[in-house]
Amino acid sequence: MIKVINLKKSFNNKPILKGISCEFEKGKTSLIIGQTGSGKTVFLKCLLGLHTHDEGQIIFNKSNIQQMNENQKMELKSSIGTVFQGSALFDSMTIEENVMFPLRMFKNMPLDEMLDRVNLVLKRVELENSNKKMPSEASGGMQKRVAIARAIVNNPSYLFCDEPNSGLDPKTAIVIDNLIKEITEELNITTIINSHDMNSVMEIGEKIIFLKNGVLEWNGSKSNIFKTDNQAVTDFVYSSNLYKKVRKMYLEQ
Amino acid sequence: MTLLHNIGLYILMLQKMFQKPTKWRVMKDLILKDTEDTVVNSLGIISFVSFFIGGVITIQLALSTTGSFYPDYLVGYATRETIILEFAPTIISIIMAGKVGSFITSSIGSMRVTEQIDALEVMGINSINYLVFPKVIALLLYPFLISIAMFLGMLGGMVACVYGGYSTMSAFIEGIQTDFIPFHMTYAFIKSFVFAFILATVPSFHGYYMKGGALEVGKASTKSFIWTSVSIVVFNFLITQMLLG
Repeated sequence: MIKVINLKKSFNNKPILKGISCEFEKGKTSLIIGQTGSGKTVFLKCLLGLHTHDEGQIIFNKSNIQQMNENQKMELKSSIGTVFQGSALFDSMTIEENVMFPLRMFKNMPLDEMLDRVNLVLKRVELENSNKKMPSEASGGMQKRVAIARAIVNNPSYLFCDEPNSGLDPKTAIVIDNLIKEITEELNITTIINSHDMNSVMEIGEKIIFLKNGVLEWNGSKSNIFKTDNQAVTDFVYSSNLYKKVRKMYLEQ
Repeated sequence: MTLLHNIGLYILMLQKMFQKPTKWRVMKDLILKDTEDTVVNSLGIISFVSFFIGGVITIQLALSTTGSFYPDYLVGYATRETIILEFAPTIISIIMAGKVGSFITSSIGSMRVTEQIDALEVMGINSINYLVFPKVIALLLYPFLISIAMFLGMLGGMVACVYGGYSTMSAFIEGIQTDFIPFHMTYAFIKSFVFAFILATVPSFHGYYMKGGALEVGKASTKSFIWTSVSIVVFNFLITQMLLG
């Protein structure tokens, strides 16, 4: 579980996050949504430790990140899997080497065992027989799946995904969403997804956090989002006519 | 202010490069790969440039020292001094700032743009140690490149001198051996080590701390070439003043 208390972050005296408090539960897929510039990427980067927050607390399983020493932080980081928006695969390595990378860095396993583990996770993301391909030879969807495989190869306790289905066609996007949701349930991990894809919200949003101008404007589940009368949320989520009709039908039922 | 800020940031980068080292079994592969990228893959261009520039230096020296007033061996002597003292360590390093420096900046810059460095950081890896340290170690072989440049520069000079009819081979070789000061080789190799460190770290700094997209990667490469060349020229002056002045 991850608990965030009154998180604040500014850049050049311009406040980006203005005191966000929320909780992300284990075994559930949580989505952070919001318009471009709402602060969701900064929020995710603060959780990942890529930005140092100015005020507030981030608590991973009862351990405050600010009170951790370097070894504890290292241990925490090795229990985090991350899927970046652009996949962030190492382009000088094959798919197999990319997935094996966290094992080589953090585990003292023999090569055979590492290969078995890599093959297992590649099978899980339906990428058998792609071991020797370079990332540049893989499609966008395949690259995302490799990134997911790399993120879970170390059996993480936390999975962070920054817009995992951006740039993908709707069908592949749903496949990736479902894969993340299934992995979250299988491994019983805390998953946080940064997204502005409404399909993801409707499909896998067990907990949804809506940010607006650096403030937590609303939070709830995918079923709550149909019923909410929060103007900012409805303006954002139901900005297309299709979703307006879907919502109308849902409420009529 | 920006210059001071960047110098501070560069020093902090150097400090961080020696902290939290990457596992040896991973580092070993990185060093071998960087040795291939920076040293082995530069052998061709260094050999080609050294041979022909050596030839040109000799022709120009021969043309400006003709007449009975100058001894025959002078061309060989002056070629040796020019190549060992300046051409091989300094001019080759400036060429390498263009070849290896821009390669380092663009490869690290591309990793920054595509979030690969962020991916290393969130895994708890010291990305500066992972990316920069192997390049510093790989470039410890740089004096070997400079030795090749010295040899081929003088060989090119001898070929140009003899086949151009400017002097005889025996006079050229006599010139190469005349008044040889072994400390000049030490001086050239000390410079080579310092330039190797600059070649590994200054372009890495420009790539690592760049911001923006593909266009900025190109700009960072250009900036890196300028600052690497400037650093080489400044340190060349300082080392020369300290060791020979």
